[in-house]
Amino acid sequence: MSSFTEEQIYRYSRHIILPEVGGKGQKKLLESRVLLLGAGGLGSPATMYLAAAGIGNLGIIDFDVVDMSNLQRQILHGVEDIGRSKAESAKDTIKSINPDIKVTLYKERLSSENIYRIFKDYDIIVDGCDNFPTRYLVNDACILTGKTNVHGSIFRFDGQVTVFKPKDGPCYRCLYPEPPPAGLVPSCQEAGVLGVLPGIIGTLQAVEVIKLILGIGKPLIGKLLLYNALDAEFRQLRLRRDVNCPVCGDNPTIKELIDYEEFCGIARH
Amino acid sequence: MAVKVRIPSPLQKLTKNQSEVSANGKNIKELFSDLEKQYPGLRDRIYDESGSLRRFINVYINEEDIRFLKGEESEVKDWDDVSIIPAIAGGVS
Repeated sequence: MSSFTEEQIYRYSRHIILPEVGGKGQKKLLESRVLLLGAGGLGSPATMYLAAAGIGNLGIIDFDVVDMSNLQRQILHGVEDIGRSKAESAKDTIKSINPDIKVTLYKERLSSENIYRIFKDYDIIVDGCDNFPTRYLVNDACILTGKTNVHGSIFRFDGQVTVFKPKDGPCYRCLYPEPPPAGLVPSCQEAGVLGVLPGIIGTLQAVEVIKLILGIGKPLIGKLLLYNALDAEFRQLRLRRDVNCPVCGDNPTIKELIDYEEFCGIARH
Repeated sequence: MAVKVRIPSPLQKLTKNQSEVSANGKNIKELFSDLEKQYPGLRDRIYDESGSLRRFINVYINEEDIRFLKGEESEVKDWDDVSIIPAIAGGVS
């Protein structure tokens, strides 16, 4: 992109007047490529704010269709989208907010077969997926390809956000080396989730993405931000890289992707 | 004075729905033994069959992961804030 159109200068004026963003920063945003894993609870606010902010290239992976029970929290979608592809519905919402954005849809389930092909066109991965097998697959693929992963997860009234930047900080396996065994960790489908919670956590993920692209502030690298809605409390814990980590440690044992079976919580529908 | 222990929501059924409980002990091991006395069943959720802390659960003293301190021997002082943080996967599809 050579220069802004008049409409773009007006659209992004509140960014451009911020010294931390400016015209230069806005251009970086417009040239950036961000992939969202899931157009669901976390992906909804993240996608909408990133589109509004002018992230020029957004990829969305989701093979699911919109269900009435999604509307309690998945603000990308509306009543008229019930039964439609979430990816298509997300694209329509993005275009209604900001037609500048180039949107690429992947209506497929992420696996070791397709993850490299999909990831190669993006700089930052926003992980808002809903299951452990995908979390581990995404983590390992990010480490093996050097992509930054902006991680968010939610459960009932609790949310967690962090940034896994290969080499600069720990990865998901430094935190939790192996996925939990079946049945020990309840899923959101079983336990419920406050509908606003993904709004908070997904929005925090969007903030981290923008900070990383602009190179401003202190991204949540090596820090786990915890939010509890009932206590109205935010806290940060320190995360350290584990030299014995099986994927990003000094002597990694995982050099290829692993497709874990659906082993925990309950099977997806 | 006792140490404050934050209980994650999946385990709160065992602590009478309390998100914070207090426990006594000079290190994490003693603290968790005391917790088991107060709230039977908690130990099995935190430790695996071999008696090790489960790998999808991390324990922090204040902001620091005990794996990078002295593990379960990590000492706790009055007013320390101990958190049990399990892996959560939900993004809600």
